[in-house]
Amino acid sequence: MKYMLMMNHPGTGAYQVMSWPQEDLRRHIGFMKTFAKKLAAAGELVMAEGLATPDQAKLIRAGKDGQPATEGVFPESKEFLVGFWIVDVETPARAYAIAAEASAAPGKGGEQMSIPIEVRQVMSAPPIEP
Amino acid sequence: MVERADDSRQLPGPLPQHLLRDLAPQVLGVVVRRYRDFAACEDAVQEALIAAAEQWPRDGLPDNPRAWLIHVAVRRLTDAVRAETARRHREELTVSLVPPDEQIALGADSAGTNERDDTLDLLFMCCHPALSPASAIALTLRAVGGLTTAEIAKAFMVPEATMAQRISRAKQTIEAAGRQFEMPAGDALAARLGAVSHVLYLIFSEGYAASTWPELIRTDLSSEAIRLTRMLHGLVPDDPEVTGLLALMLLTDARRAARTGPAGEIVPLDQQDRALWNRQAIAEGVELVSETLPRSLIGPYQVQAAIAAVHDEAPTAGETDWAQILALYGLLRRLSDNPVVALNEAVAAAMVHGPAVGLERLDALTVDPRLAHHHRLDAVRGHLLERAGDRAGAVACYRRAADRTTSVAERDYLLLQAARLDEPP
Repeated sequence: MKYMLMMNHPGTGAYQVMSWPQEDLRRHIGFMKTFAKKLAAAGELVMAEGLATPDQAKLIRAGKDGQPATEGVFPESKEFLVGFWIVDVETPARAYAIAAEASAAPGKGGEQMSIPIEVRQVMSAPPIEP
Repeated sequence: MVERADDSRQLPGPLPQHLLRDLAPQVLGVVVRRYRDFAACEDAVQEALIAAAEQWPRDGLPDNPRAWLIHVAVRRLTDAVRAETARRHREELTVSLVPPDEQIALGADSAGTNERDDTLDLLFMCCHPALSPASAIALTLRAVGGLTTAEIAKAFMVPEATMAQRISRAKQTIEAAGRQFEMPAGDALAARLGAVSHVLYLIFSEGYAASTWPELIRTDLSSEAIRLTRMLHGLVPDDPEVTGLLALMLLTDARRAARTGPAGEIVPLDQQDRALWNRQAIAEGVELVSETLPRSLIGPYQVQAAIAAVHDEAPTAGETDWAQILALYGLLRRLSDNPVVALNEAVAAAMVHGPAVGLERLDALTVDPRLAHHHRLDAVRGHLLERAGDRAGAVACYRRAADRTTSVAERDYLLLQAARLDEPP
């Protein structure tokens, strides 16, 4: 079963990481890289992407003519998506364990960040009729 | 005679590296020339390659691997044509088929005469101006590079079905645009070679940037681009820009081992461990570019290769001949209207005349709408401000650039630069 693990960031202000000291940044970046490698090596990683900062994001709707209409800059929101993983695992418990591992990424001063990770099951094909 | 032929067969075992992929464009070139239906021919050759990958390691190499592949591809093609024809109009069968075995004997023995044109024609088709760059890249990797759709999909991190569809639509576009059977000459030839060079350069850059994470599952596109450009150079050894492109790739790829640190972080040129550079690739690149410079009109790939050569030949970063690099960027800017070239020229100017001169040049560039919000402008400004001693200004620029880049590796690098300067010295 596939799960999408979404990492969110509080919407207020710049990226937290922007103001971190060098050592903390290095530790955090190293953690994320190792994490992705481990998932890939375990055969559990389907894909992982980091997203560009939300100040480049746009909110698009179709206008009456069906053409894209944008409200300009992305509106203020409580939190925004910074990246996601899609994993293929045997059990929901395993998806939660992976999410907890990502959530425990080291932050400022090396302390555990406990980043909120939203875990959602990816829909699959209907079961084969007997 | 028969026994001798058998003795010359190689024993079963792993295939020589790249054998199948080196043969792929030659085989496809021959088959397309004869049967014209590019889409069907390409599918047939892929099937022949897959059959060879299964059978050769088990049964040993055939006497003439190229003829074997042509034979099998033509069989697949005629089977497909038969099935298709039978389904549509069985009565038309007689006019549409050529006895395949006669054709094969001819193809196998006429190696060499048209091979150059066949492969070039194939490259021109795959890099047809009617195709988007993404489509041309995918088609070139499959039809000329001999990569499977799965391998290409993996390299670009898209689902295989998406890549299969992209390739199939590219083939339809080519059919619709109509293909040329005569080899272009003069300016037309140069234009088509330019299109092919651009596609090969994009493949190389994609591999070089490896901007998406995790990097570990990507097919090595840079090596593939070098292999294909080497092949193209073999076909048109006197074309100075193709020679320049091959030199540029070799001179850039030579730094590969030094470009990233243990955690995959970017190591900038001036901090790289030059002992890790590939001296053999540098020597080959320098030789190629030196060979073209005195005897040809200067083109953008040659100039870029010359710049890379100046960097590669400096024993230490401090001994880099920046005056020469500045002159070469000036030349390059007159050849191409790429604002990033002007940005690099500003860096070279700063290295020669000091950061103030570089910053002045950057100010002049901010009016270019293509650069105004480009993260590279802020990254370069941060670098020059740091050299000028303005730490706070540099930190702000590095952070703004980090906020704007769409490359994770680059964002990490820029954030680290800002963090380094933000700490008390």
